[in-house]
Amino acid sequence: MTSKEALAHPASSAETAPGIPPGAVRGAQGRGVPDGAPSWRSRLYRWDTKASPYAFVAPFFVLFGVFTLVPLLYTVWYSLHDVQLSALDHQSWAGLANYRNLLSSDFFWNALRNTFTIGLISTVPQLMAALWLAHMLNYKLRGSTVWRVVMLTPYATSVAAATLVFTLLYSWDGGMVNWILHFFGVDPVNWRESDWGSQFAVSSIVIWRWTGYNALIYLAAMQAIPADLYESAALDGANRRQQFWHVTIPQLRPTVLFTIVVSTIGATQLFGEPLLFGGVSGTKGGSEHQYQTLGLYMYDQGWIIGNLGKASAIAWTMFLLLLIIAAVNLLLTRWLRRSDDRR
Amino acid sequence: MRTSIRRSRGTVAMMAATALATGLLAGCASDSDDGSSDAGGGDGKGNITLTVGTFGVFGYKQAGLYDEYMKLHPDINIKENVTTRTDVYWPKVLTRLQAGSGTDDIQAIEVGNITEAVQTQAAKFVDLGKEVDKSQWLDWKLAQATTKDGKTIGIGTDIGPMAVCYRKDLFAKAGLPTDRAKLAEQWKGDWSKYVDLGKQYMKKAPKGTKYVDSAASVYNASLGGASERNYDKDGKVVWDKSQGVKDAWDDAMSVATSDMSAKLKQFDPTWDKGFANGSFATVACPAWMLGYIGEKAGDSGKGKWDVAAAPTASNWGGSFLAVPTATKHQKEAVALAKWLTAPEQQAKVFAKQASFPSTPSAYASLKPQADTTAYFSDAPLTQIFSDAAKTIPAQPLGPKDKPIDTAISDIGILQVEQKGKSPAQGWDAASKEIKDVLGQ
Repeated sequence: MTSKEALAHPASSAETAPGIPPGAVRGAQGRGVPDGAPSWRSRLYRWDTKASPYAFVAPFFVLFGVFTLVPLLYTVWYSLHDVQLSALDHQSWAGLANYRNLLSSDFFWNALRNTFTIGLISTVPQLMAALWLAHMLNYKLRGSTVWRVVMLTPYATSVAAATLVFTLLYSWDGGMVNWILHFFGVDPVNWRESDWGSQFAVSSIVIWRWTGYNALIYLAAMQAIPADLYESAALDGANRRQQFWHVTIPQLRPTVLFTIVVSTIGATQLFGEPLLFGGVSGTKGGSEHQYQTLGLYMYDQGWIIGNLGKASAIAWTMFLLLLIIAAVNLLLTRWLRRSDDRR
Repeated sequence: MRTSIRRSRGTVAMMAATALATGLLAGCASDSDDGSSDAGGGDGKGNITLTVGTFGVFGYKQAGLYDEYMKLHPDINIKENVTTRTDVYWPKVLTRLQAGSGTDDIQAIEVGNITEAVQTQAAKFVDLGKEVDKSQWLDWKLAQATTKDGKTIGIGTDIGPMAVCYRKDLFAKAGLPTDRAKLAEQWKGDWSKYVDLGKQYMKKAPKGTKYVDSAASVYNASLGGASERNYDKDGKVVWDKSQGVKDAWDDAMSVATSDMSAKLKQFDPTWDKGFANGSFATVACPAWMLGYIGEKAGDSGKGKWDVAAAPTASNWGGSFLAVPTATKHQKEAVALAKWLTAPEQQAKVFAKQASFPSTPSAYASLKPQADTTAYFSDAPLTQIFSDAAKTIPAQPLGPKDKPIDTAISDIGILQVEQKGKSPAQGWDAASKEIKDVLGQ
């Protein structure tokens, strides 16, 4: 903005004599004043400097508008109407009925609860494991590149492939997890149908896929910590564990916050893993909806049952949820920064 | 051609991609296009490209029907756009139909969606009843695709007459008769007799085996032979009063509560493994499932499987071909649809992959593949399935049959079978789910 104004201003002030409104000058030019040629060029120049930045960014905004913003706003319209997939042209005004329906629906609250608990079970261990892994990799290791690549492979695996393998591992009858458990005298667990078992299983897929990715982010941040901090800590007699807690962790704080935000958003939108884990009619998230997340609930309502109005209402509720999370995060960041300053 | 829950494992990735694309912001109604072409135009030399939108495995390509047609009509090119799952395919078709663009020249419709198409989209389809000899099709098949005022929007491809596939080696070990005629006689008329035989089987069941794959499969089979499903003749939802639903539910409940089921979910990878490991002795099998069983059970099952007539003539699955009015080549598309569904062509598809014809005149000439017959102990497949096909009752269908059936099978029955709930709790859970489905 500022550079654009700086470029645009000289051009306009050169043309407009002080005290004369711009319109008057333009009118004069229209009647063919002798110095029309240079002023035409400068007008072109002014127009160019003013408009071309917009022209350059326009393609993105046009595409964004057509394919994201308009559909997005259209879902607002949908969420306030009764819209069935089989009768898209017959929409009737429903007011806030779709939202009221959600608030009074056990299925919605259940999905919200599941999203929250699965998010918690998957994010917390994931980030802690990532931190630990990054800490290990931060030491001088043989073949460190190999380890880093290995850590990133789960992230590069497709959700579908990973989930399929996990589904087989967790299969009730002859799955590997139950086979290992039986050595410890544990009875076979019906992973898909048990309440906590299924949530744990879904979370484990998420953890498996994302831990390495977060570990690499942590590792990058760790390597940016100045070595003299560690040296001076070592001089003060801090051992490695103390160095980790008193040097590494405080220095990583912004990075940790970033990964928490990204993981939380990911957890709120969790969809592919539970869908495929459920197999046939996976959108139900189990016979008691024990792992039906908000994403699955929305998909089930919209495309399986065909109630697009309600599905849109769910989408907007999820959006609202993310806004709240973002706000909480902002407050948290501010509070952290202030407590930093006070130190 | 197959019902929505059929899916091959290799395509899970594709399904996930579509699901993710449509799902993450499903609120945005724009669908993720799979690159299928718009109604194909001519290529400048007077040639016409017809597109056929299908799901699952229709077998037209596999049976060489497209090539044959293109040879017969050198000016026609045919392109098939396949979507694996119907629950991804159908929403896509629905939105395109209503947008009036993007549909294929021929659009396949599964039986689970045909009533919704008839009741809500009839105006978007060409009346094929005027183009074909309607008497070729089974009455109930034709009725499913016909509107109240007599417009036929789709012509039948295959149907899914049911039999019972069973492992005769396991039956012998459990001390049950193994002769298919004797078994059919024993459970004739009522699926509860089939369940009763299961109780007998479980008394001496070979180790590690159960009688049936799942309680839901018994529900589905029993319901497919009832004269009333979830809707009555006037199109009212009566699922909770329907005798068909009640009987099927009771059959499923006696399976779920008596430890005779392997507790699998059909078309899950673990179900496939169940075939391979021989962990259940029977499964209610429509004709189209035979190939699937052969593939999943593998060579070790050869000659051990047999096929007996089902307790009642029951149907599962089947499809229709329809021509959207939005097509630019209506005449050519109708001609192709007509040809593909003619009895001779249906017989060819049956020969290739056992999709059973919906046109009785094809039954006399049906020849299953020699491999298939050998796999199932030389059972008279054609006779068993065509006998069933001719006596399947006309069952009124409704637009929400599919989600209702899913709620009963995958919520209600599954809770009883796998979570140890009581039948009453399972029924309540299903009721609650169905209320949500119907927006009540």
